[in-house]
Amino acid sequence: MRIGIDVSSVQRSRWGDYGLRFVFGGMVTAITGIIAKTYGPGVAGIFLAFPAIFPAGATLIEKHEKEKKGKAGLNGTKRGRAAASVDAAGAAMGTLGLIAFAALVWQLLPRHSALTVLSGAGTAWLAISMLAWWIRKSL
Amino acid sequence: MKELIFRFLIGGTLVSVFAFIGDLVRPKSFAGLFGAAPSVALASLALTIATQGKAYAAVEARSMIAGAVAFFLYASIVSKVMMLYKPPALAATLGLMPVWFGASYGLWLTLVR
Repeated sequence: MRIGIDVSSVQRSRWGDYGLRFVFGGMVTAITGIIAKTYGPGVAGIFLAFPAIFPAGATLIEKHEKEKKGKAGLNGTKRGRAAASVDAAGAAMGTLGLIAFAALVWQLLPRHSALTVLSGAGTAWLAISMLAWWIRKSL
Repeated sequence: MKELIFRFLIGGTLVSVFAFIGDLVRPKSFAGLFGAAPSVALASLALTIATQGKAYAAVEARSMIAGAVAFFLYASIVSKVMMLYKPPALAATLGLMPVWFGASYGLWLTLVR
């Protein structure tokens, strides 16, 4: 299966959809700061991998798929939910990259430049997530 | 307060950027990867490094491993439940959120702390 770009989904998204994810993401980041101040970095760190936008993303995918089928005069409820399931399976592959991201930052940050570690860990997240996705697709 | 507002703006922006990329790419399973992008982590860690230093941020990253393993468990269960029973996405993702809370805190208590 080939990876590509499809602008139609972005065109279907409303500004409100992005606004919702902006607010969720901003709130989780701010709350993580409050938790760190109250309970320390050990507890706050857990929330760096909180599924902040995952529920909103899956819900929007379901809604868009349903609307697409609805325009064609079909009932897209089941199709929308199947699409959200596929999205969740992809997110599970992304979490493997997230584990690697966290492990790299934990091990390398104290001894190396912050910019190098964060950009390297971000690249590792993408590479490992893509590899996990590709292996899962190939099975 | 100023720091919290700054955190909110940076976190919201990074999350929106990753969400936009996720909307742009296909197939859907590949786009799903971006639902687990380190957007909140990048924003939080960068701000923590600037205010508390690298050693403090490294402690946060260590605990993040427990959260990420729990996220894997949670997303896998959501995917299976949605495939088998086809509930509304919002009900499945929010209804199963205790899986993430329980697994992440349990892992942190037993393995990381």
